[in-house]
Amino acid sequence: MTTAAVSELLEVNLGPQHPSTHGVFRMQATLDGETIVALKPVVGYLHRNHEQIGEHATYIASFPFTDRLDYFCAMSNNLGLAIAIEKLAGIPVSERGDYLRVIMAELTRLVNHVAVTGFVLNDMGAFGTPLLYAFRERERILDLFEACSGSRMMCNYIRPGGVREDVPEGWLNRARGVVTNFPRFLDEFELLLTDNEIIQQRTRHVGVLPKELAVSASVTGPLLRASGVNYDIRKVDGYSIYPKFPFKVPLGAVGDVYDRYYVRILEMRQSVKILEQALKEIPGGPAISPKGLALVKAPRTFRPPKGDAYGRVEAPKGELGFYLVSDGSPIPYRYHVRAPSFINLTVLEDMCRGQKVADAIIILGSIDIVMGEVDR
Amino acid sequence: MALVGRGVLAGLGVTLTTFFETYPWGRAVLRLMGRQHTNGVVTIEYPDVKQQHAERFRYFPFLVYDKEPDNLRCVACKICEVECPPQCIHIVGPAKDEQGRPLKPKGRPYPVEFDIDVSICMSCRICVDVCPFDAIEMDNNYELSDTDRFGHLVYNKEQLLRPNEYFQQIKPTEASVVDQRLAAKHAKAAAVPPAAGAPPPAPPGPAA
Ligand code: SF4
Ligand code: SF4
Repeated sequence: MTTAAVSELLEVNLGPQHPSTHGVFRMQATLDGETIVALKPVVGYLHRNHEQIGEHATYIASFPFTDRLDYFCAMSNNLGLAIAIEKLAGIPVSERGDYLRVIMAELTRLVNHVAVTGFVLNDMGAFGTPLLYAFRERERILDLFEACSGSRMMCNYIRPGGVREDVPEGWLNRARGVVTNFPRFLDEFELLLTDNEIIQQRTRHVGVLPKELAVSASVTGPLLRASGVNYDIRKVDGYSIYPKFPFKVPLGAVGDVYDRYYVRILEMRQSVKILEQALKEIPGGPAISPKGLALVKAPRTFRPPKGDAYGRVEAPKGELGFYLVSDGSPIPYRYHVRAPSFINLTVLEDMCRGQKVADAIIILGSIDIVMGEVDR
Repeated sequence: MALVGRGVLAGLGVTLTTFFETYPWGRAVLRLMGRQHTNGVVTIEYPDVKQQHAERFRYFPFLVYDKEPDNLRCVACKICEVECPPQCIHIVGPAKDEQGRPLKPKGRPYPVEFDIDVSICMSCRICVDVCPFDAIEMDNNYELSDTDRFGHLVYNKEQLLRPNEYFQQIKPTEASVVDQRLAAKHAKAAAVPPAAGAPPPAPPGPAA
């Protein structure tokens, strides 16, 4: 007979129907008391055959489906596919179209980062307040999206060659107003959160992701930069007209949940800078190049040359890539999506091992996943 | 960290300010203190109050007709049916007589049936983009819920028809662009003598 307490490992399923898992996602955690020994992510509950649908639809018909990948960032998803198609078929982009696309992509980054910050706080138990403040701000940007594209979230707006239709009159001024007011909200948000001792205690040195692991697991986005790796596709590739905008890439030092939160706040401040410049410099002219317009009007006449292309953008969650193989018909032979949420999720176990159950929830939240993109 | 809990207190200050902002007297106090403030409550009480939507707001397509309901612009070319990404449009037609010749009561063919499935449509607007005749446009009525999920969610031609005036009313900017384009097209068609090789856009019919 032993006198010491015998500890047994306990297996706990978090999800797939659990408010903390951000959708239908399951974490199979093995616990030793409160501590996580092993954790297996189980995905696939939201699989909708996105890639297969893309291989049975014209290039243009895939755009509304990309809205539904990461439904917080419809505009960046559109942009990724548009860039891949432009590479495949060599479609030029109109200058105004380029500016509008950058404006939309950066507004999307603001939307995504405020929302995810709110959600992480929600996971931490700060129920409601930060999330609703974030959503209040997000709503102003979604109203802008509705005014230009007709839909708040399923924008379906960006097309190869530019954007589907020019923004309505007065839109740019409205956007300027929103962008000018945004830093004030960020200050308020930071006053609410950044120095809060409870948040510091909950997030500092929790879920640390070492640099080397982050790189070898091909993690991208704010998650990678929080670990101190300077890698931003806007800088590395310089796609679209990003080289015209001087902006910094904020980096974290430790790679814990706090750094991820703070890197996102800093990224939003940089996005505001890009937006201010883009809204100031935006030229007139057509919002889409003639070749792109022809494609919008008659998707089935578009037959890109045989070959393949990989287009990637720095989506708010990381590297979003579209790989297209054309066999010369109006329908892609192969259509593949490299989804940042999915690949970033692969390091979940490494970050959670040795942490408490309650921490696993905020670690998951800080990765910033959207199941629509993880499962496709 | 000089005082533990300062961050928490500062955060509580933010929530308190926001609380003040939701009341007129609170906003007055903030103004007296020389603080900037927003207008407080941003939510509305749907369905008592409805949100003012942007003009471009799109929800579900409708078919446009000019003046009389049987004078619809759609010529049953089926382009939208093919291009609709989730394939929710179903068209039968164009209408034909016993000899198999297309019926053209208004100088152009017309669809016998035109159904759109509300439950499948994903409001993408691709049908509008591809229609060469400006026959289909997006409606902004989003209150389409129904108690009969099998009987009422497929809208037929009669349910989809709306006059051009309705289009002008809900989307004045877009409608005026479309009207101008169609007027230019008609002027061009009228200028060309009917004998010239008939291009696919409905030429002036033998009637009249
Ligand atoms: S594309 Fe236009 S004209 Fe052709 S079937 Fe559709 S609505 Fe009718
Ligand atoms: S809006 Fe899109 S999904 Fe709906 S009928 Fe038109 S093409 Fe089809």
